[in-house]
Amino acid sequence: MAYSEKVMEHYTNPRNVGTLNKDSKSVGTGLVGAPECGDVMRLQIEVNEDNIITDAKFKTFGCGSAIASSSLATEWLKGKTVDEALAIDNMDIVEELALPPVKIHCSVLAEDAIKSAINDYRVKNGLEPIELPKSHH
Amino acid sequence: MELPIYLDNNATTPLDPRVLEAMLPYFTSKFGNAASRNHAFGWVAEEGVDYAREQVAKLIGCTEKEIIFTSGATEADNLGIKGVFEMYQDKGNHIITATTEHKAVLDTCKHLEKLGAKVTYLKVKEDGLVDLQELEAAMTEQTILVTIMYGNNEIGVVQPIKEISAIAHKYGALFMTDATQAVGKIPVDVNADGIDLMAFSAHKMYGPKGVGALYVRRKNPRVKVTAQLDGGGHERGMRSGTLNVPGIVGLGKACELCRLEMDEEAKRLSALRDKLESSLNEMEESYVNGNVEHRLPHVANISFKYVEGEGLMMAMKDLAVSSGSACTSASLEPSYVLKSLGLSDDLAHSSIRFGLGRFTTEEEIDYAIENTKKAVNHLRNLSPLWEMFKEGIDLSKIEWAEH
Repeated sequence: MAYSEKVMEHYTNPRNVGTLNKDSKSVGTGLVGAPECGDVMRLQIEVNEDNIITDAKFKTFGCGSAIASSSLATEWLKGKTVDEALAIDNMDIVEELALPPVKIHCSVLAEDAIKSAINDYRVKNGLEPIELPKSHH
Repeated sequence: MELPIYLDNNATTPLDPRVLEAMLPYFTSKFGNAASRNHAFGWVAEEGVDYAREQVAKLIGCTEKEIIFTSGATEADNLGIKGVFEMYQDKGNHIITATTEHKAVLDTCKHLEKLGAKVTYLKVKEDGLVDLQELEAAMTEQTILVTIMYGNNEIGVVQPIKEISAIAHKYGALFMTDATQAVGKIPVDVNADGIDLMAFSAHKMYGPKGVGALYVRRKNPRVKVTAQLDGGGHERGMRSGTLNVPGIVGLGKACELCRLEMDEEAKRLSALRDKLESSLNEMEESYVNGNVEHRLPHVANISFKYVEGEGLMMAMKDLAVSSGSACTSASLEPSYVLKSLGLSDDLAHSSIRFGLGRFTTEEEIDYAIENTKKAVNHLRNLSPLWEMFKEGIDLSKIEWAEH
């Protein structure tokens, strides 16, 4: 299976690789997937007082499409409000990266990672966690 | 040195130019049907086939009459297993095989289960070898066939074939082996090894695709298989269908070259493989899969913990290798062979198979070592698991959201 140019581009030059301080109150961390399944994503966001995501970082264990999906997600997250971030749909990622059907689960994982990071942030700051959609797998 | 570098010789091998040269006339001037008995076109084609049969027989130590040409090893596996099951129904219905076999064997056995066969799938030990005591314990009076592969396609381990065939024979069963990865690479002798049926293929030994053979013993005992294709009764009635003359000529030539060059080639390739393996094994958290003493000379299967195989292969873009990891929504299951060794799923997902071949050079191996190391490091920098490992976090204690 050939990868799209955009997947290759994100894979070769991944954006925002790294780690934020997971103990900081302004940081939300999402860790989704499982090593047994061949993909694990860790996505982190840093949120300021105006509810705007000022920074996003990721690390991913997985195939090229999983790495590209999380790289793209961090790029999109920066500058968005938390509510705007919640609206990111996995199909947006599929479209942007031209993922083939067998790789759609990578985008689902990225969406899960975003939502899980937001929830971590919300809980840390005394807010109710939003209801997460059931795992798509 | 040309890029990309081909290191997937267990999937298929390039055609040796000398094999191509031998084949070419049989596409054009010598195009006859080997079954045409009444004119020179047929005789010339038949001569080509007869000569190839000798070349094949010589490589594995049998007689020409014991070679049945097929379209490849998959067909030979099907013919051998199904053919024995049908032919020896009166004797019993039990077949023994192993969980690490190729799908051509496993799926054929599964098919026969629907038709009334009882199949035992032996587990293998951690190093990939069959446990002889378990095999012996599984033998019954109903056992008609034991079929265990010679060398494994994913990890390269070579089974104790002599011991396995002796156990099969002790209980009156036939012994078959899928030797697709072994024939032409290491010495295989059907008499010394006690083999009754053996499947193999041309394209794994620098011959063409679409041709292979089933060895069927004719003496001590005389083995019979029921044909799986009805038609003109070619190949002593066991495999109908006009012979693929150029392909068969190619298989013959490939066998001859392997017979003449095997010793030297095996020495050269195992030295290169060992170089590759020991260099990569120097990296932290890398593990060689399978028994390292009893194995084919040209295969290395290594798991690089905390990186995923498919992602890793993408970073090794100048290297054509394969991985035991499948990351598709259809199959998140990693290699069943690696799992049979007791490897955890995450290590199986992290595996890369390097398959060296006749045309692999030392320069290519040096490049492969550097390229692989770089790729592993690149991906570990991206890996949350690597970071956790480095922080001393026990990954097995984390509650993962299985999906």
